Amino acid sequence: MQRSFIAKNPSVLIFLAILALFTLGVTLLSEGAGSGFISTSFVKTLGKTLCLCLVAVAMDLIWGFAGILSLGHFAFFGLGGYAIGMWLMYERTRLIVVDSLSQSEIPATATEISDAIGNQIFGVVGSSEFPLIWGFADSLFLQLTMVLVIPGLLALVFGWLAFRSRVAGVYLSILTQAMTLALALYLFQNDSGLRGNNGLSGLQNLPGVTASQDDVSLWFFWASALALALGYVLAAWIVSGKFGSVIRGIRDNEARVRFLGYSVEAYKLAIFTLTACIAAIAGALYYPQAGIINPAEIAPIASIYLAVWVAIGGRGRLYGAVIGAALVSLLSTWFTGGQAPDIPLGFATIKWVDWWLVLLGLSFVCVTLFAPKGMGGLVDLWTQRRTPERHGADLGPDAGSLQEQEASK
Amino acid sequence: MSALLEVSGVTVSFDGFRAINNLSFSIGEAELRAVIGPNGAGKTTFMDIVTGKTKPDAGHVLWGEKSQSLLRMSEAKIAQAGVGRKFQKPTVFEDQTVQENLLMALKKPRGWMAVLRYKPDGSDMDKVDALAEQIGLTDALKRKSGELSHGQKQWLEIGMLLAQEPRLLLVDEPAAGMTPEEREHTTDILLEAAKTRAVVVVEHDMEFIRRLNCKVTVLHEGAVLAEGTLDHVTSNQDVIDVYLGR
Repeated sequence: MQRSFIAKNPSVLIFLAILALFTLGVTLLSEGAGSGFISTSFVKTLGKTLCLCLVAVAMDLIWGFAGILSLGHFAFFGLGGYAIGMWLMYERTRLIVVDSLSQSEIPATATEISDAIGNQIFGVVGSSEFPLIWGFADSLFLQLTMVLVIPGLLALVFGWLAFRSRVAGVYLSILTQAMTLALALYLFQNDSGLRGNNGLSGLQNLPGVTASQDDVSLWFFWASALALALGYVLAAWIVSGKFGSVIRGIRDNEARVRFLGYSVEAYKLAIFTLTACIAAIAGALYYPQAGIINPAEIAPIASIYLAVWVAIGGRGRLYGAVIGAALVSLLSTWFTGGQAPDIPLGFATIKWVDWWLVLLGLSFVCVTLFAPKGMGGLVDLWTQRRTPERHGADLGPDAGSLQEQEASK
Repeated sequence: MSALLEVSGVTVSFDGFRAINNLSFSIGEAELRAVIGPNGAGKTTFMDIVTGKTKPDAGHVLWGEKSQSLLRMSEAKIAQAGVGRKFQKPTVFEDQTVQENLLMALKKPRGWMAVLRYKPDGSDMDKVDALAEQIGLTDALKRKSGELSHGQKQWLEIGMLLAQEPRLLLVDEPAAGMTPEEREHTTDILLEAAKTRAVVVVEHDMEFIRRLNCKVTVLHEGAVLAEGTLDHVTSNQDVIDVYLGR
């Protein structure tokens, strides 16, 4: 019990090593490094995949370990993206506006600049006024704070209301779906102040940075890899200690944990808010790589996909979530990107763009039915980490459930 | 003797059915008490009320020397105050090792921040080892508790209960599904525990209660029918009519 954290969790070290090798490999093969085996757009795809892996780790914490099937974590992911997107968009527009106004003969006043920025950003929704929520958009630091504060607060308030009333199980899942749907519908409105269904765009251009996208894509790729590494270690540390013991206890028997004297609601709220913040960080790294965010990103289906990734990867083990998210989202990119060859059947053609969802649904059903441990369960076959095989005769009731061979050890 | 737990005039109805009807019950600091009664007599509901799972319609539940009311406290707060409960079906965390189960139950700060920072020190591990010794699970410390036999799970749960260091132990059918030897061991553990704290045992098995050799409370239709030594209550005509006679 006194062994170090890494010694107790060798999988963390293996994971970090694989992630480091992967990051190094992609970097060396990227266009940014000059070799160009991996195109810049694919580096972005891989970087985005790492962000999805991070949000999957958060999902595994809340679902696989604490047993709370939240179907709303993509709302926090999206909010993180919006928070960073506001600064990116504001600052880039400001630089362009200041640049163009400096051409004029009379220097522009601060109000003129501000109006011009507003016009540029909100012209598309027929407005030029800055809504109140853009109050911090001129400060990178404050807007980065918002990445954590806004989703964290939403999770705290939502979780407090839900857990205090002891909403659990499928009812909580429905409630989280309602939350993410309500948020998406609100953001779709033009007067929500976040450009309605246009969303925020041009996020791939970092203000004041002249480096090419080849380099920028690598920076974000590294940042995503670092965030995933830190998030993974944090999650592994949380679940390996007594806190992990308690939340797994909550998953398996909530009432029993309560009678042990633990305030189940406080634990649920803590893990819900923490995972919301992790999801928000993942989102804040994802959307600058995607370049655009709009309310469709936080539609209820997105959070359901997240649950599907974790289920296919294997919940209750962190690397399972990462494997599931990486594999399924990359496959999804491949199939829906038109790269997968169509299969002509004579009477009809299987177009993967359409049929991918069917395939995904089928694999989800198959995993649930035949491999509840998910793909992470394959690791068990390799490490033989099964429940011990029982050999020998039963010793009878007196010696408990020990079997001959175990008892003689 | 000052009472540790004082239940007076408690009534609970579920959909019009009176599960507990004007029940009064009290137990002192270091006392062993057996509660018997036919099915539906309200034994489990009684435990639910004391542990805060069920809120009664009327009555008082007072606790400790300050006579705190338990009715306004949450389950977790009541458990922290010193009420431990063992369920009828052994409920241990099957996915976790015996050691983890015991560590979780050990009397330590229960707040999530304290738990997040918690690292078991030497004295904690000693306590866990001593408990494992007491419940006969020293060799099984590293095993997942789901692999244990039924009787061992019952003991593990009793061990977890002792680890909480409660002042009042509520034990629901501790000997269910145990072999005679296991029962004897369980009796010893309970008798030992009752030297320093109050223990309430709900049990059907008369032989087991006889071995506990303590005051017995007979419940019937949500109220106390008789109270006294086992011989006293078994000779009570009412008790024979409703319980033993059948």
